[in-house]
Amino acid sequence: MADTMTAAEKKPKATRDAYGETLLELGRKRPDIVALDADLSSSTKTVKFAKEFPDRFFNMGIAEQDMIGTAAGLALTGRVPFASTFAVFETGRAWDQIRLTVCYSNTNVKLVATHGGITVGEDGASHQALEDIAIMRALPNMTVIVPADAAETVSVINAVAEYIGPVYVRLGRSNVPYVMPDGYEFKLGKAHVFHTGRDVNIVAAGIMVDMALRAAEILAKEGIDAGVMNMATIKPLDEEALLNAARSSKLIVTAEEHSVIGGLGGAVCEFLSENCPVPVKRVGTQDTFGCSGSPAELLKYHGITVEDIIETIKRSLNK
Amino acid sequence: MSATVKSGIRDVRELEEIAKTIRINILHMLTISGSGHTGGSLSAADVATAIYFSKMKFDPQNPSWKDRDRFIMSKGHAAPLIYAIMAEAGYFPKETIDTLRKIESPLQGHPCCRKLPGIEVSTGSLGQGLSVANGMALGLRLDKNPARVYCIMGDGEIQEGQIWEAAMTAAHYKIDNLCAVVDSNELQIDGPVEKVMGIQPVHDKWEAFGWHAISIDGHDMAEILRALDEAEGIKGRPTVIIANTTKGKGVSFFEDKVEYHGTTPSREQFDRAVKEINNG
Repeated sequence: MADTMTAAEKKPKATRDAYGETLLELGRKRPDIVALDADLSSSTKTVKFAKEFPDRFFNMGIAEQDMIGTAAGLALTGRVPFASTFAVFETGRAWDQIRLTVCYSNTNVKLVATHGGITVGEDGASHQALEDIAIMRALPNMTVIVPADAAETVSVINAVAEYIGPVYVRLGRSNVPYVMPDGYEFKLGKAHVFHTGRDVNIVAAGIMVDMALRAAEILAKEGIDAGVMNMATIKPLDEEALLNAARSSKLIVTAEEHSVIGGLGGAVCEFLSENCPVPVKRVGTQDTFGCSGSPAELLKYHGITVEDIIETIKRSLNK
Repeated sequence: MSATVKSGIRDVRELEEIAKTIRINILHMLTISGSGHTGGSLSAADVATAIYFSKMKFDPQNPSWKDRDRFIMSKGHAAPLIYAIMAEAGYFPKETIDTLRKIESPLQGHPCCRKLPGIEVSTGSLGQGLSVANGMALGLRLDKNPARVYCIMGDGEIQEGQIWEAAMTAAHYKIDNLCAVVDSNELQIDGPVEKVMGIQPVHDKWEAFGWHAISIDGHDMAEILRALDEAEGIKGRPTVIIANTTKGKGVSFFEDKVEYHGTTPSREQFDRAVKEINNG
């Protein structure tokens, strides 16, 4: 992971690629780690682990519900299973299995899904998970993490392998730029604050962290002080960081590649409305499904771009 | 109350006597709780008794002992059955069964592994136990641990698609340290299984999925023991025992009555039932 290039010099990379490499490395270090996939190992990148550790890899075929139950059984015999497929299928197809045998049974299963969000692109709505964070977040005992770049993904995967309990990690299909500073290390439940703004603070996760940083840069030139934090752990939320942001700026904008219902925006609204009520605006997909198109086109079409963040902020500040 | 660990029993008479106690304790707790599942607890009582007290290695004082055999009640509504067995085996004091379904009781309406040590995984939403059993069997195999996994499903339960996903998995991965049981009592909540959603031919279906299938009278203790022995000897593929049973078995006025799927005995019915079981 750590090399000497600065974040800006690194070539964009998909978080799923970082996952595949990290899982392989973990497999070399930890014989207790096993992996499962539902016929998408070449897309989720668990294929790297599968090739080197065929005895510890279980391709479950196109059967997500069975994959989750099997992962729970493996966890109950002391293994640390990483179960992967696309986010739509991992969370939606097997939600009740996750609820009963992972969360209620509190088994040490790591659900690492790829192809989260609209940037799945051309495959269209059936394959674009825009509700997964909401339905995972609602489950007791579940931890929900959305890394912002490949380096953070490495750190996240290592952290969840250490952590004992159910975790959902949401990764993406497309390449994303490196945004986290050199030497950054993910800490579960801890947001990374790039800058605290006086006018507005943007709470972002996943690919939206990069956009939030770019929006803040543009706003700064126009005299608007916009803070940015990466809320990589969506559950449990970093409440202290949120309170600081809300007290400092009186306007919070959330940004996520997910429906505005029930995801990061929902979580932030729930917390702030009870603990530090300030206006919150949510940037994300609206109450709608995705559609086919290139990732860039889709982000624009669904109103989740740098410009959308800027516009939302200006409108809210009456500027 | 002192723990009474019984295991490795081969005597059919002795197992039949234990099964009587199990049935009485099922009815006892259901009469007190006033809610719970009578019919399906009684139908699987003989098979579950045989699995626990003749086949399984376990230590009630150390429920997480790593070399224990594993048991999963996939048809989680038969919770009273597993609780009666665990009480008899000494996992908890027998009087605990009086707390079935009461607030803060370890004996939840459906088994909860986080509230009751000795329950391997929480069940209740049907169709999920076999997948977990497969995962445990694969984990034990990776550890080169000779322990075995048992999983009881209902016949209505196998209408769930996940069962057949798991059936494929067990055959594909040649899981032979697993013995599954279908408690085939032929009734589900809305009526006869064949009327609600036909599942026959059950035996052939499992064979077609690559399993070694054994069909037996699920109330004949000698046949049950023979089938469990046979299962242990089958290598390279999983075994399923289709246990043909009677819902409400042991109590004439509950037998084959769909209305006793989810209703409990009155005090008067309990007294009559105990007499019948003891005379049976």
